[in-house]
Amino acid sequence: MTNQDQIENTEDTGVTRRGFLGLMGAGVAATTALVSVDSDAKIGHKAGHKLAFQQSESQYEEALNNPPQIPNYNWNEHKWSYGVDVSRCIGCMRCMEACKAENSVQEDASHHRTWIERYVYLEGSEEALVDSAADPKNIEYVGSEVHFRFDNRYKDEKVDKAFFVPKLCNQCEEPSCVQVCPTGATFKAPDGVVLIDTNYCFGCQYCVQACPYGVRSLNEQRGTAEKCNWCYHRITKGLNPACVEVCPTGSRVFGDLNDKNSPISLFIKNNQVTVLKSEMGNKPNLYYAGADKEVS
Amino acid sequence: MEQVFGQVAPYIGYVYPNETEIPWTELIVIYPYITGLVAGAFVVSSLHHVFGIERFKAVSKFALLTALCFMFFAPIPLLFHLGQPTRAFEPLITPHFTSAMAMFGYVASFYVCLLSLEVWFAFREDLVHLSKTSKGLAKKVYTMLTLGSDDISPKSLALDHKIARILAMIGIPGAMGLHGYVGFVFGSLKTREWWSSDLMPPIFLLSAVVSGVGLLIVLYVITCKYRKVVPDHEAMVGLKQVLWASLIIVLVFEGLELLEMVYKAREGIETVMELIKGPIWAGMSIQWGLSLFSLIALSAMMIKNPQGKKFVNWMFVCGLAMMVAVLAMRWNVVIGGQELSKTMKGLLTYYPKILGRESLLTVLFLFMGPFITLYFAAQFIPPWEDAKSHPHGKAAAH
Repeated sequence: MTNQDQIENTEDTGVTRRGFLGLMGAGVAATTALVSVDSDAKIGHKAGHKLAFQQSESQYEEALNNPPQIPNYNWNEHKWSYGVDVSRCIGCMRCMEACKAENSVQEDASHHRTWIERYVYLEGSEEALVDSAADPKNIEYVGSEVHFRFDNRYKDEKVDKAFFVPKLCNQCEEPSCVQVCPTGATFKAPDGVVLIDTNYCFGCQYCVQACPYGVRSLNEQRGTAEKCNWCYHRITKGLNPACVEVCPTGSRVFGDLNDKNSPISLFIKNNQVTVLKSEMGNKPNLYYAGADKEVS
Repeated sequence: MEQVFGQVAPYIGYVYPNETEIPWTELIVIYPYITGLVAGAFVVSSLHHVFGIERFKAVSKFALLTALCFMFFAPIPLLFHLGQPTRAFEPLITPHFTSAMAMFGYVASFYVCLLSLEVWFAFREDLVHLSKTSKGLAKKVYTMLTLGSDDISPKSLALDHKIARILAMIGIPGAMGLHGYVGFVFGSLKTREWWSSDLMPPIFLLSAVVSGVGLLIVLYVITCKYRKVVPDHEAMVGLKQVLWASLIIVLVFEGLELLEMVYKAREGIETVMELIKGPIWAGMSIQWGLSLFSLIALSAMMIKNPQGKKFVNWMFVCGLAMMVAVLAMRWNVVIGGQELSKTMKGLLTYYPKILGRESLLTVLFLFMGPFITLYFAAQFIPPWEDAKSHPHGKAAAH
C-alpha cells in the first residue's frame, strides 16, 4: 500500500461518515472466523422463536460502535464480481447455512441472503417445477429453519432434467434498490458492492419492493433492510465470502475483476455467462454459467 | 413448525423465499386512500373557488376543511409502517433525490401549508365574526386565530377571496401532483408487474377524485341530517355530475390498464389471471361491482333527475359505494401487487393481522382520526354556507 493510497483512504470522508464498516452490522462482530456450519448454532438462538438471531444484541451494538478497522483496504482498487456455475451445484446448501451463521441472518424461512432453488422437469413436461430450501415442505422434512435439505418429493416421478440454482444479491451496476431508497441508506460502493447503512435506514421497505431478484428483506428486530453484501467484512480482508468458502463443488466463484487472473475473471472468460432478468436494466454483477431458460 | 407457517403468507407455485413476508401491509393501503380523499375533497372546493361554479358554494368550505383534516392524517400510516419511525425526518433532512418516496415529506408539507393558508383566508370572515360574538376563552382563541386582521370590509373580503382563489389555483396542481405522485410511487416500480404501468398515476388520481367526492357526499348528507337541514339540491347535483364524470374516466382507465396487461400477455400473464381469480377475487368483485352499480345508478339519476329525499338517499348510497370501491381498489393494487410473486411463477395470499402495530385495528383507529378532527373543526369554525339560507329547525321538506 502506497502513501497515496493511504491519503485516498482517509480523504474518502464518505467512508467514515457512513461508518461503512459498521454498517455490515450483523456479520462483523459475529464471527471473524467462519462458524462451523454443522454446529447447532445456539448462539443467541431461542428455539422456536421467530426473531432469533445467532448474534446477540450486545454483539450487534459492539459491531456498530466499534467497527473493526481495515486500514489496508482501498475500495477504489477493487471491482468485485461473483459467478455461479449452475452445473456444479449439488444442492447441499452448506452455503445457506454458512451465510446464516456468518451474517447472523434472522433464523426463519422468510429471511435469506442467499438460497438454493431446485428446478425439476418431469418427464414430458416443458415447464420446470421450482422450489427452494425455504419451501414449507422442505422445512417440514428437515424439521428446522436453520438447517436445509430438499425433501424427496419427486422420488416416485420420472424426472427428465433437474438442477440447482444458487441465488444471492446481484450487486447490480444500476441497482434499483439504491435508486428508490429515500434516505440514501443503501448505496453502491466503488468496489461494486451495494451496502446498507443501518444507521440511516428507516425501514420503509421500498428497496424490498424494488429489488427484481427478491434478495432483500426486513430485519424485524432492527427495523432496517437486510441483504447479502458478499460478506463485505470478509472480502475487504482478502477472504472469500462465506458461501464461496464452504461450497464443496466450486459452484460459487468470487474475485476481483481488476485482477485478470482472479477466479471470477477466468470464470467469465472461460464460460458463456448470462445474467438474470437483464430486461430490468439493473446490469447485475452476478454471472451464471449454464442457467436454464426457466431460471429468473 | 406451525408457528413458522402461521406467520408467513401462504403461497402456491414458486415465490422467492424473502417474499413470504409481505413488505407493505394494510397501512400502505390506507395511506393512498386518505391522500385520495384529500385530493377529491379539494377538487370540489376548487370547482367553487377557482372556477366560480356557484352550485358548489354550499359545500366548498366544508370540502376545504375536510381536505385539511384528512391531510393531517395522510402521513401517519407511513409513520406506523416504518421499521425505524424515529428516523422519519431523514428523507427531509438528507433526501436521496432519485427516490420518489423521498419527495413525500416535501410534497405533503407543502400541501398542508397551502391548505392551512387557504382555510385561513376562506374562514377569516367567520373567525372575525366568531371573535366578536363569542365569550371567554373561545373569544381569545378566535381573536388569536384572526392574527389581528379583523377588517371585514367588502374591499378586504374581496382581497381574501382573491388570495384564496390564487391559493386554490396553486392547490389544484398541488393536489394533482400529490396524488399523481402516489401513483408514481407504485407505477414506477418495474419489478412488480401489477404496479408497473404508465396508467398508474392517472388511475390513482381519478380514483382519488371519485373517493373524495364520495366522501363529501356521505359527510354532507350525514351532517345535514344531524343539523336538520335539507342538503342543498344544486350542490348535490354538482357532486352527482363530478362523480359520474370522474367515475367514467377512472373505469375506462382501469379497464384499459387491465386490457393492456392481458393483451400484451408478457411472461407470467397466466399468473396475473390467477391473481385476479384467486387472492384478490373478492377485492376485484367489490371494486368493479360497486363501481358499475354506482355508474348505473348515477347514469339513471343523470337521465331522470330525481328530486328530494329519494335523490339524496341514492346519492348517499352511491357516495358510500364509491368510498368502499376505491378502498377495495387500493387493496387490490397495494396488496395484490405483492401477492403476485416477482418470479411470476407463484402467488401469495396476504392475511391481515387483527391486532398489532401493523394491523386492522391500527388502520381502524387511524381512519377514525380525520373524522374526529373534522367533527371538532366543524364545531369550531362552522363551514356551512347553507346554514344561513336554511335556518335551524327547518326540517326536511320531502
